[in-house]
Amino acid sequence: MQNSFDFQYVFELLPTLFRYLGVTMEMALWGFVFALILALGLALVRVFKIPVIQHLAALFISFFRGTPLLVQLFLLYYGLPQISPLFLMDAFTAAVLGLTLHFAAYMAESIRAAILGIDKSQMEACLSIGMTRLQAMKRVILPQASRVATPSLMNYFIDMIKSTSLAFTLGVAEIMAKAQMEASSSFKFFESFLAVAVIYWIIVLFFTRIQHLLEYKLNEAY
Amino acid sequence: MIKISNLSKEFGKLAVLKDINFTVEKGEIIVIIGPSGTGKSTLLRCLNYLETPTTGKIQIGNVDIDAVNHKQKEVTALRQQSSFVFQNYSLFANKTAIQNVAESLITVWKTPTSEALKIAKEILVKVGLADKLDAYPSRLSGGQQQRVGIARAMAAKGEVILFDEPTSALDPEWVDEVLAVMKQLAVERQTMIVVTHEMQFAKEVADRVIFMEDGYIVEQGTPQQIFEQPQNERTKSFVKRALKQH
Repeated sequence: MQNSFDFQYVFELLPTLFRYLGVTMEMALWGFVFALILALGLALVRVFKIPVIQHLAALFISFFRGTPLLVQLFLLYYGLPQISPLFLMDAFTAAVLGLTLHFAAYMAESIRAAILGIDKSQMEACLSIGMTRLQAMKRVILPQASRVATPSLMNYFIDMIKSTSLAFTLGVAEIMAKAQMEASSSFKFFESFLAVAVIYWIIVLFFTRIQHLLEYKLNEAY
Repeated sequence: MIKISNLSKEFGKLAVLKDINFTVEKGEIIVIIGPSGTGKSTLLRCLNYLETPTTGKIQIGNVDIDAVNHKQKEVTALRQQSSFVFQNYSLFANKTAIQNVAESLITVWKTPTSEALKIAKEILVKVGLADKLDAYPSRLSGGQQQRVGIARAMAAKGEVILFDEPTSALDPEWVDEVLAVMKQLAVERQTMIVVTHEMQFAKEVADRVIFMEDGYIVEQGTPQQIFEQPQNERTKSFVKRALKQH
């Protein structure tokens, strides 16, 4: 029994796990939206070299890129409430917050690189007709930079979907947590974790396809 | 209408512009000539504050700005008094021809979009691009791109249009169509300051020619004075060489 592989069990488990996919995707989507906003802010602060804040942004980016996501999640969820009860939050919120901060640090660098990659003459042309730097950013530089940054941002989104599996360590009831539960009650560890791996794989394939369509559309534009 | 006083520009220890003074009247067409690397483009870029001068005052229209103590607001105001035609066109890559031209009206002057597009269309028709309104820059030839560049500068409502070697990057076949548009503007007495190596254009169109060398204005005068009776030895030898080539 111990060393036989129960193929049917994998199939039966898939629909059960799929029911928890909503929580996984919710974390990934919220995390991505917030991370994108924060990353854009961080990137702009650094591109415009805003005094003091740019150094804080650099410190933020360095810390969240330089430490493991799991450690950050533990700090947020188990660590912070010890400093003050103000920081008490539910596991789902902590997971989304952790994903946001962690991925914003990476995405900020890729947005910044995309902005700096746009030819300097584009900014000069904006300024020459009397636009402010902020208007130039909004109307000309960011639209062009977004095309450059999209492939890598999509990669981060896909990476984020997979990283949501760490949320189970905080007790979020997502697909990894469910697989873990099923495994320990049935003792079919290989089948359970294989089933959850297959689900992640399918989701990633789906979004990779969307990524390619998006890149194709963007390249068509001009 | 334009008054430049004691303008200088240093890049580190390298002095590129030295004590530049001149004035331009409304409707005047100024052509700046001189050997490469003598600060002509830097001067033009300083007028638009794309380079910040080291010292000196620039007055265009009702905006007055002192390099030593300038504020960002003044810089933006100054730029709204002039517009710039770039050597490499520098059209907004993510916008069509008509959007390129309408951009300053929409963003800077807050003209309603429909009206801005109407004006942009009129200007593009004028520069001979009626059939390219919705083309992205990547689909246009060099000559067409530069004509859009001039149209964009025309739309920007500035007092003066600054041309930085507008034909230098063009294949020879496209030079004439761009010069033709500039000549048309000259006929309409659009104030312009043009940095160029096109001596024929300078002779035909300029009201005044400024000869620059080593960061100084060496000599200025009517095309006739500069090309036929230059006073300064350096002007003489430059003009002699330049006219021989063309």
